[in-house]
Amino acid sequence: MNDIRDVIIIGSGPAGLTAAIYAARANMAPLVVEGEPSSTSDQPGGQLMLTTDVENFPGFPEGIMGPELMTNFRSQATRFGAEFITKKVTRVDFTQRPFQVWTGEDRYVARTVIVSTGAQSLMLGLPNEEQLLGHGLSTCATCDGFFFRDQDIAVVGGGDSAVEEATFLTRFASKVYLIHRRDQLRASKIMRDRAFANPKLEILWNCQVVEIQGEGKLSGVILEDSITHEQKPLAVQGLFIAIGHRPNTDLFRDHLTLKDNGYLVTEPDSSKTEIAGVFACGDVQDDYYRQAVTAAGSGCMAAIDAERWLEEQSD
Amino acid sequence: MAEGITDLDMNSFDEAISSSDTPVLVDFWAEWCGPCKMIAPILEEIASEEEGIKIAKVNVDDSPDLARRYEIMSIPALIVFENGEPAKKLIGAKPKGALLEEIGEFL
Repeated sequence: MNDIRDVIIIGSGPAGLTAAIYAARANMAPLVVEGEPSSTSDQPGGQLMLTTDVENFPGFPEGIMGPELMTNFRSQATRFGAEFITKKVTRVDFTQRPFQVWTGEDRYVARTVIVSTGAQSLMLGLPNEEQLLGHGLSTCATCDGFFFRDQDIAVVGGGDSAVEEATFLTRFASKVYLIHRRDQLRASKIMRDRAFANPKLEILWNCQVVEIQGEGKLSGVILEDSITHEQKPLAVQGLFIAIGHRPNTDLFRDHLTLKDNGYLVTEPDSSKTEIAGVFACGDVQDDYYRQAVTAAGSGCMAAIDAERWLEEQSD
Repeated sequence: MAEGITDLDMNSFDEAISSSDTPVLVDFWAEWCGPCKMIAPILEEIASEEEGIKIAKVNVDDSPDLARRYEIMSIPALIVFENGEPAKKLIGAKPKGALLEEIGEFL
């Protein structure tokens, strides 16, 4: 257990797994601490495990389901010898070399660490939310859309993932409301056009969910108009939340510099953090692009940066 | 020697659940569900390690009537059946330790 490894990769989304593929092929025998299964927070495979069709990842002209894409990433890393543990890192120590990483009582030691813990979905923060999760309230359209066949449901949010979910859910639901607090969508033009053209999808502009209703099972929400502050009920059997993300950086707060919004700071055009030998890639350090393909690209950068840094150390 | 995981559908479900002399943990899952894939290997492990509980799965695509009968609105959903009746329902993917804790009373 206390063998000193060349690299430990924390996190297993597109960034971490691409870093694992590159590091494994560079004979660095990476250990990937991939996280623990969860339907609500961060999980092995990252955010794409909770998404549906991925249509913008190059190489898949017909698109691919998020979970399938991530299973492929993982198989590719395994094929070149990456080792996985399905646990969550509970503590790190970057103050001395080699670096130390703990999963509970177990300690792992490495010359370099690649941080790729990504980001997780924000919840609304309303009372009731936790009790109704899985009982009409969902953060995973791909998991739960199927159960809302011929029902009326709503999606909260206005970005690409909200619009994609809403569009996907029209396959099952009889009606999908997209609840958005502004008067225009942040989503890309192709997603917006698709939403506007979809007869089952209705956008409720300038609206916020202020209350979730239901005993044991979700029955509706109360919406507040963000301009007039008028409140009105909306009866829906399902509510899907896609209001954005926060980076998973709590573990590193004492070791690495965070931006005001919580994302890790890396050097420009590099995956280097301010600690030599610790690298970061993917959404944990990207508050701007946040795409699977940019995460994968930065994961490749991190593996190459780690490999070159190790070479410099041994010279 | 512990058993593996049995696939159940509308035809085999009632018989399998009512005739079992141990509790049965049923995993309602689907091919398109990412978190279901994450817990699949964990359930395989539990199936081979734990003697006191049987593990079965129901594909909700193939058996939507069973999903409806047990009011499933989110998967993965795990229901423990004891004496043929649902005794506990767990929703969402969980790590192995947390899952074992939740089903501890049936082991």
